[in-house]
Amino acid sequence: MAGSPAPVPENPSTVLLGAADVARVVDRIAHQVIEKAGDALPDVVLVGIPTRGAPLARRLAGRIAAFAGTAVDVGTVDITLYRDDLRMRGVRALEDTLLPAEGIDGRLVVLVDDVLFSGRSVRAALDALRDLGRPRAVQLAVLVDRGHRELPIRADYVGKNVPTSRAQKVRVHLAETDGTDEVLVTGA
Amino acid sequence: MTTLIKGARVLGGDPADLLLEDGRIAAVGGRLSVTGATVVDADGLVALPGLVDLHTHLREPGREDAETVETGSRAAALGGFTAVHAMANTDPVADTAGVVEQVWRLGRQAGLVDVVPVGAVTVGLRGERLAELGAMADSAARVRVFSDDGHCVADPALMRRALEYVKAFDGVVAQHAEEPRLTAGAQMNEGDLSARLGLTGWPAAAEEAVIARDVLLAEHVGARLHVCHVSTAGSVEILRWAKSRGVQVTAEVTPHHLLLTESCAESYDPVFKVNPPLRTDADVQALRAGLADGTIDAVATDHAPHAVEDKESEWAQARPGMLGLEQALSVVVQALVEPGLLDWAGVADRMAVRPAAIGRLDGHGRPLTPGEPANLLLLDPAARSVVDPAALASRSRNSPYAGRELPGRVVATFLRGEATVLDGKALR
Amino acid sequence: MKRHLLEAADLDRDDATLVLDTAAQIDQALAGREVKKLPTLRGRTVVNLFYEDSTRTRISFELAAKRLSADVINFSAKGSSVSKGESLKDTALTLEAMGSDAIVVRHSASGAPHRLAGWVRGSVVNAGDGTHEHPTQALLDAYTIRRRLGRLDGVRVAIVGDVLHSRVARSNVWLLSTLGAEVTLVAPPTLLPVGVGSWPVQVSYDLDAVLPKADVVMMLRVQLERMNASFFPSAREYSRRYGLDALRLAALGDEAIVMHPGPMNRGMEIAADVADSVRSTIVEQVANGVSVRMAVLYLLLGGASS
Repeated sequence: MAGSPAPVPENPSTVLLGAADVARVVDRIAHQVIEKAGDALPDVVLVGIPTRGAPLARRLAGRIAAFAGTAVDVGTVDITLYRDDLRMRGVRALEDTLLPAEGIDGRLVVLVDDVLFSGRSVRAALDALRDLGRPRAVQLAVLVDRGHRELPIRADYVGKNVPTSRAQKVRVHLAETDGTDEVLVTGA
Repeated sequence: MTTLIKGARVLGGDPADLLLEDGRIAAVGGRLSVTGATVVDADGLVALPGLVDLHTHLREPGREDAETVETGSRAAALGGFTAVHAMANTDPVADTAGVVEQVWRLGRQAGLVDVVPVGAVTVGLRGERLAELGAMADSAARVRVFSDDGHCVADPALMRRALEYVKAFDGVVAQHAEEPRLTAGAQMNEGDLSARLGLTGWPAAAEEAVIARDVLLAEHVGARLHVCHVSTAGSVEILRWAKSRGVQVTAEVTPHHLLLTESCAESYDPVFKVNPPLRTDADVQALRAGLADGTIDAVATDHAPHAVEDKESEWAQARPGMLGLEQALSVVVQALVEPGLLDWAGVADRMAVRPAAIGRLDGHGRPLTPGEPANLLLLDPAARSVVDPAALASRSRNSPYAGRELPGRVVATFLRGEATVLDGKALR
Repeated sequence: MKRHLLEAADLDRDDATLVLDTAAQIDQALAGREVKKLPTLRGRTVVNLFYEDSTRTRISFELAAKRLSADVINFSAKGSSVSKGESLKDTALTLEAMGSDAIVVRHSASGAPHRLAGWVRGSVVNAGDGTHEHPTQALLDAYTIRRRLGRLDGVRVAIVGDVLHSRVARSNVWLLSTLGAEVTLVAPPTLLPVGVGSWPVQVSYDLDAVLPKADVVMMLRVQLERMNASFFPSAREYSRRYGLDALRLAALGDEAIVMHPGPMNRGMEIAADVADSVRSTIVEQVANGVSVRMAVLYLLLGGASS
C-alpha cells in the first residue's frame, strides 16, 4: 500500500516454554486431572475454549487415555456470543461449539484455555455452560497464568505461573494452529 | 433611465458598448459615451438576448409554500430570463380567463420577468373536454400556448380538435407526450437499471408513440404542435422525420435531460425523480445533437418547485420535478457550448429567439440591435461555482445540481432597459 | 460487514459467506439446547418497522433478535402515527431518539431502506422493499441450499414465476451468482423485467426444458391480480405452463430440491403434494430464516458501534 510506513521490527520475544516444556506441562496437568477426578474420571468432559483451548483439550484427553486407559469426552464451547467486550472490539467470526452427544448434565467439566489473564473469557465460558446444561462441577485448566485478574476466578490446574506486566503480551503457539509448540513473552 | 454597458461581447463577438434608453437599445458600437447614464462594466462578459422559458411551474395559485409568481420570477431573472411561460397545473387549474389573468397580473406586480400564462387544453386537465381556449386567448393575458402539462392529452380525437381549434388565434398545443396506459405507476426510465432497482419502468415508447401520433395529426389538420420536454433518442428521430416532411412541429428539451442520466436514481433520492424520467447516456447524447442541429428548437426548464415534504420521502411517494431556472444557462454552457456543439448565437437562438417565436411573444428573442426592446443578459462564461440549494432564490430546494460545479454566471439581466439583476443579485 | 444490509447486490463473496458461516455456527451452538438464548445483544434495541403486513418475516426477525437478547419493538404502520400521515423520515428519527440501535424495515416502496439509512445513525436491515430486494430471504435460501447440497458453487438454480414483481428473485439472482451458483429464470416473458438481459442469469420460457438440469427449483408466489393486468390469460394456463406438479417433480434429478419463499398458492404455482414432498425445503427455510437473521443482527450490531 502506498504511503504505509516501513514494517516495525518485532519486539524482542522471550521463549518461556519450548516444545518439550509444553509437552511436559500437558503431561503434568493430565496426571493432576486423573488424580483429582479419582473414580469420577469417566464423567470428565474436557471443554476447550477456542481457538487454542480446543487443541489443548484434545491433547489432554490423549494423555489421560495414555496414562489412565480411560477415554474422556472432549468438546469445545465458543464464547464469542457471550463476551462482555463485544462493543469494544470489531465483530469476529464464530467458532465451533461441539459437546458430547450425552451432554454435560451431572458431569465434571474441565474448561481448558491457553492463557488465564483477566478472567473474562472464563466468565463468558461459564455463562455459556450455564445455557448448555448443569454440570456437577466445573474446573479450569490453563497452560499459562499470567496474573492481572479482573474477576474472582482461579484455575484448578496451571501449567506455568508467569508474572508479567500489563503491557507485555503472552502468546501461545500450538502445532495444530501455528505449526509449532511454544510460549512467548513479548514487550517490556 | 439610461444605462451604458461597456465592453460586452454581443453573442460572443468583439467587445462593444450598448446604450439602453427608454426600454430600448438606443445604440450599439465602440466606445459610446453618454452623460448621466448608469455605467455597467461588462469587460469579458457575453451579452445575449433575455432568455425565454416555454415551461415553468410557478405554483401560484395553490402551492405558494413551494413557489410564488414573485419568487419564481426572481429565480428566472437570476437565470437570465426576461419571459417565462407559467404552466397551467395550478390550483385552481388555469383553464379559464379569470385564472390566467390572475397569474398574468401577479407577474406584472412582481415586475422581474414577463410572466406569460399557459392555458389548460382541457377542463381541470382531465382530458375530457376542451377548456375555453378562445376566452383565454382573448383575455388580457393573451394566451397562445395551451398545455395539460403533467398530463398527456391522450384521447386522439380530443387532441385533434385542440390542434384544430387553436389555429383560430394562432395558438399552439404543447403536448406532454406520455401514453398513460404504458406508464401506470412508472417511476424511472425502463431498462437495465429499473430492473435492478425494482422501480416501475417508464418506457421510451410511451413518449415516442404519442409524438408519432401527434405529428401525424398535426400534419393532417395543418396545425402547429409543440412537444414538451423531449427525453429520448427515438423522439428526436421522429421529430427529425416530421420536420423533413414539413410538419409544423416544434420541440423543447430540459436542461436536466441534457446533463443527467438515469444513474442518478441509484441513490433512490427523489430529487432526481422527474417526469419524463432521466434517461440513458445515449439519449442525452442524441438530445444534445438534436438541439445542436435544430431538430429540437428550444431549451425549456420545466422548473418544478416542490416543498421539502414532497421530496424528503420514499422515491415512489415523492412528486416528480426539479428546479431549473437558475441553472439552465449554466447547464447549456456545460452540455453544449464547452463541447463545441453550440456557439453563443446558437444559445441565443435555442433559449430566446425560437422559444419567443413559438410562444408568439413580440418583445422577446429579438436581436441586440438599435431600436429593439432592451431585454438582455450579461454572462461571465469564465466563472465556475458549486450549486448550493440554500442560496437559490426559488422558495424550494429540489435542485438536482446541488453540490455540482457548473460554468457561467449571470451577472446582469435587463427587462425593457431596467436592470432586474446586477452583480449577480436580484434588485427586487 | 457494512453498517447496513440494504441489498444482496451489495454483498461480496466474503461478506455473504461470513453470514452463512456465522448462521451455521449459531445453529450448532444452539442445537439441542433447552435455553435457546444468547446474551450477545443485551441492552441493544431492534425496531421492526413494518409498513406492509408480513407476519412471518416480522416474527422471524423478532425471534432472531430475542434469541440474541436484544429488546424488540414492533412498529406496525397500521394504527400508529403513520396512519395519521407521519413521514418515513419523522418516524425513523422518532424511533432513533427513543434509542433504537437497528431498524428492520419492510416497505412497499423500493429504496425506502436506502432512504432510512441516510437519515439514521444506527443500522438498517432491509426486510423487503417494494419490488427491489429482500436480502435476508436470499441469505436463508442460500443457507438452505448449502445445507442440503453441501455447496453453492456450480449449483444450478431455476427461479420460476413472477420475477418482474419479485424482490425475492432479485435478491437471489445477485446473491446466488455472487456465491457461484448458475441461475436460470423461468417465466412467461410478461413476468420478466425489460433489462433482464443485463443480469448474470440464463432466461428460459420453458419450464420443462429446464427442470431436468436443475439442482434447485425455487417457485415464486404468483398473485392472481396479475391476471387482470394481462400478465397471463388465466390461472389455469399459468399453472399448466409454469406450475410445479407431481409430474414435473418426477422430471427432477434425484438430489434436486424444491424451495418456496412462502406464502404459497397451493394449486397455482405449486401443487399441494409437491409442497409436502420430501424434496421440499419449505419448512426448513422458515427455521433457517431465524438463524440467518441472528447472524445478520450479530454481524451488524455485535461489534463496536461506528
